[in-house]
Amino acid sequence: MPKSISKGKSNIIKLKFDTSWKYAPAPESKNAATIKSQYDLFINGEWIKPSGNKYFDTINPANEEKLSEVAEANAADVDKAVTVARKAYEKVWKKMPAKERAKYIFRIARIIQEKARELAIIESLDGGKPIRESRDFDVPTAANHFFYYAGWADKLEYAFPNRKTEPLGVAGQIIPWNFPLLMAAWKIAPAIATGNTVVLKPAETTSLTALKLAEIIQESDLPPGVVNIITGAGATGAAIVNHPDINKIAFTGSTDVGKIIQRAIAGTNKKATLELGGKAANIIFEDAPIDQAVEGVINGIYFNQGHVCCAGSRLYVQESVAKVIIRKLKDRIESLIVGDPLDKNTDIGAINSRQQLDTIHKYIRIGKLEGSEMYESSCALPGKGFWCRPTLFTNVAQSNRIAQEEIFGPVLAILTFRTDDEVIEKANNSPYGLSAGVWTDKGSKIFNMTKRMRAGVIWANTFNKFDPSSPFGGYKESGYGREGGLHGLMPYLNLNALSP
Amino acid sequence: MSKTEIKKSSLSISENGLEKKISSKRLEVLKTYKIYIGGQFPRTESGRYYVPVNAEGKKLANVCLSSRKDFRDAVVAARGAFGSWSNRAAFNRSQILYRMAEMLEGRKAQFIEELIQQESSKAKAVKEVNLAIDRLIYYAGWCDKFQQLFSAVNPVASSHFNFSVPEPTGVVAVIAPQSDSLSGLVSVIAPVIAGGNTCIVLASETKPLCSITFAEVLNSSDLPGGVVNILTGKVAELLPWFVTHMDVNAAIYCESDLETIKMIQEKSALNLKRISFYDKVKWNTEEGQSPYFIMDTQEIKTTWHPIENVAGAGGSY
Repeated sequence: MPKSISKGKSNIIKLKFDTSWKYAPAPESKNAATIKSQYDLFINGEWIKPSGNKYFDTINPANEEKLSEVAEANAADVDKAVTVARKAYEKVWKKMPAKERAKYIFRIARIIQEKARELAIIESLDGGKPIRESRDFDVPTAANHFFYYAGWADKLEYAFPNRKTEPLGVAGQIIPWNFPLLMAAWKIAPAIATGNTVVLKPAETTSLTALKLAEIIQESDLPPGVVNIITGAGATGAAIVNHPDINKIAFTGSTDVGKIIQRAIAGTNKKATLELGGKAANIIFEDAPIDQAVEGVINGIYFNQGHVCCAGSRLYVQESVAKVIIRKLKDRIESLIVGDPLDKNTDIGAINSRQQLDTIHKYIRIGKLEGSEMYESSCALPGKGFWCRPTLFTNVAQSNRIAQEEIFGPVLAILTFRTDDEVIEKANNSPYGLSAGVWTDKGSKIFNMTKRMRAGVIWANTFNKFDPSSPFGGYKESGYGREGGLHGLMPYLNLNALSP
Repeated sequence: MSKTEIKKSSLSISENGLEKKISSKRLEVLKTYKIYIGGQFPRTESGRYYVPVNAEGKKLANVCLSSRKDFRDAVVAARGAFGSWSNRAAFNRSQILYRMAEMLEGRKAQFIEELIQQESSKAKAVKEVNLAIDRLIYYAGWCDKFQQLFSAVNPVASSHFNFSVPEPTGVVAVIAPQSDSLSGLVSVIAPVIAGGNTCIVLASETKPLCSITFAEVLNSSDLPGGVVNILTGKVAELLPWFVTHMDVNAAIYCESDLETIKMIQEKSALNLKRISFYDKVKWNTEEGQSPYFIMDTQEIKTTWHPIENVAGAGGSY
């Protein structure tokens, strides 16, 4: 990275990225991706028209141009999908030797790899995330997830000692718009590896890569009905949740909707996995490697425009190093490149939707009203599309709404602390408990902190790392159940006692 | 002289009569069944009581009719005890559960008597008490083993050390089984505390005697106050508070009443309590025990740390 260091009037050395030369645009080509003008519903291995004959537009949030139109599934379509999923479960998938099931899933993983470039482009076009992230993170991790769980299919008897496993049946899966393809992989791979069949609904603003995945599934010759992908908004999701022949709901999204789902399935035999919101504490001690910590904080909150449930959105800095860290953070966000998601240099892409941009702006207003000091990058924003500069707040109080509520955008709240006990108290003072981070060079302190923080995923001297073999999921109101790893099998299985 | 004799003889007669009277009419000392909160035995703050009866209609005792406020006090006690109980060495928890079994063994006779009062045959009562003791020993053994069984070091593709371990969920609200008033009670409490949680237990409504006597066993077993809190009272009255309390992390219900199950599922959504239903478990069999019961009130925590990757030495040095 070219950089020059200059001394400003304030005698503070600042990073300057724009004086020597500017980055030339390095856009990925849209032509490497094929997007149809209209998508139907993927049910029973075929593309069928929605029974209400309704379609909705999906747009590119970076320029508000229409990319395609997508079918809106109503309750009748959901019923159709569930019926074929049930049939596929009873007649085909449950009975198939597990090692054969595995091979289909391996095959899906391979085709995702083959089509990685196209998937990455569509992910960035439809969702607004930088191509660097969709290319290097979303798509490969999605493929890896299928690879990982494919191998489990015929090894389940090793996973749960003294228990016989049995699939649940038909899983209804509802996924969010922040990692559209990856969340589809997180949901589908463990479900079908364990012998269940699936009805999956992507988020209404980001249906395209899930529909591309449907094409891949078709190409893989997976038996019809094992995976059904239907598009739509909240009403479609509700129809899935309320369908009487579904055995399992797997949902990733907001805590509010998660609670609605739990209430909706009360009194039924449906099982649920809920992966919900978060307000992760990211803690920097004075003995931390400061520059790495600053980089980790940047990655923790600005990765994917902050549209990450486990984003490190609450930064706790030990008082003695607060000044230097805040200065470095301000300096660093000034150097983040905000703009065209398809440009390979871009660090921060477009906000996923106008609605989400409004939410973020609302919280920025609240932050200012509550008396925190706002600082944002001075970068220029494109004229069209939905954009938000990387933003941070200092002088935030623990009780401020920007320190308590999930913003789901590139907005960091910075608080300070003096002692270990104080920061533990503050970090755990949240209804959420999805993830947390700690930065220190002292090993025993790391283990003290990681043990005492009430969260499902803890990153020490790193942040926002994911892997198919690593379980992910929250404590408290961040939901329950785990996705990924051996522990991610459990939510899709009944564990029965071995008969004596 | 004769007067005295008469007196004496009349005295001896009356003495004999008196002796008989006392031996047959010795006033029994009735036990006051109080509740158990934070290692203390208070009466319910509400001052209310109820009188459970056995099948023959015989009054068992005056038992505290606990209130919402008693429950709140118990949650405060359970939350207060959670930090130190969950941070104890698993080995130490194991020792304490074993101590509970020892104490229960020592008071076997009392439990058998109570079970018989609550309409159990002698043989059944003996069997149930033995099972309760054995179950405590079973879970005493699991305290420092289930973590190894359900943990994992995850082979992530990047240069990180990554591992997942179970951790206790927190404060657990337990509605104990209505039948199997001792073995069921022990079977639901033991896995919860073996895993490092603390709990508030509502005893069997119709057969509450053993639960309070069991609290006395707990009280003399080195189990810190607040780890197990036992209330007596009406399920219908207390259950809604058990599942709506915002500082309770999990709930356990052991009956099969569908309306109640639905209510628990709906209300516990308030703060996303982890809920377990044990309506089909036969506590008096082997299926009433397993480390998977412990896992019902555990969370999985995954920790990441980078592995330095700078030096020149390869893996085959």
